[in-house]
Amino acid sequence: MHLILFFLFAGLCLAGAINLLLQSHPINSALSLIVVMTSLAVLYLLLGAEFLAAAQVIVYAGAVMVLFTFVIMLLNAGREERTLGSRVALTLGFPAVAAILALLATVILKAEGLGRAAMQDGITSTEELSKILFTNLLLPFEVTSVLILIAILGAVALARRGDGERTAGK
Amino acid sequence: MNSASISVVPHGVPLEWYLLLSAILFSLGVIGFLIKRNLITVFMSIELMLNAVNLSFVTFAHQWHAVKGQIFVFFVMMVAAAEAAVGLAIIIAIFRARATLAVDRIDLMKL
Repeated sequence: MHLILFFLFAGLCLAGAINLLLQSHPINSALSLIVVMTSLAVLYLLLGAEFLAAAQVIVYAGAVMVLFTFVIMLLNAGREERTLGSRVALTLGFPAVAAILALLATVILKAEGLGRAAMQDGITSTEELSKILFTNLLLPFEVTSVLILIAILGAVALARRGDGERTAGK
Repeated sequence: MNSASISVVPHGVPLEWYLLLSAILFSLGVIGFLIKRNLITVFMSIELMLNAVNLSFVTFAHQWHAVKGQIFVFFVMMVAAAEAAVGLAIIIAIFRARATLAVDRIDLMKL
């Protein structure tokens, strides 16, 4: 059962990621990224992370991707024009990607005894997670809320400034 | 190793496969970052890389039966949400100044 679910959603994940690369219209890429994120949420659930699965759906597949699709529609982004890209990307980038993937794959496949994930494995409950989050890690948690507040202010300031500059004629 | 994993198949999935999936997703994100010519799609590739790293964090949290890895993913998600908001605001500002989203034509830091 675990095996079937893993292959189903890992396949969906990879298909979505490859589709993201192949599509030329940004809205299609955004929709395939939503597929990737939702199937990742199922994989988190298979690994026993119930809170993160919910947060993945709500925060990533929900909030962040709505923001993306909203910006795509707001800016009326059309098809991208395919160009060859920079020479640095061709000569340095792709060999580096291949090297990183090969290195990671060999290290992962050589590491034996990492264990297995099965359906019977325990699930980390949200209670367990929140106990640590609100006792040992209370300060980082609160700092994160300040960070998000600053990000909101920064986003508003950045999105407004261009408008103000144009009307002020600076 | 392959024969061993096939013979014990009814007992779930080896964690190596999850890590391998995470590595492949990360590489696809890097390739997208290199070949995509639209600013928003480039940004989406970065989100894909963040998600790939999150998957490996969750996998290791499962391996060690520890909650710390999951808490790390939680913080990564929060920072990524903030980053997405600011990044998209920057994209809007760039679009206002340049009226284009093609990365080939956005080659100056100055707006």
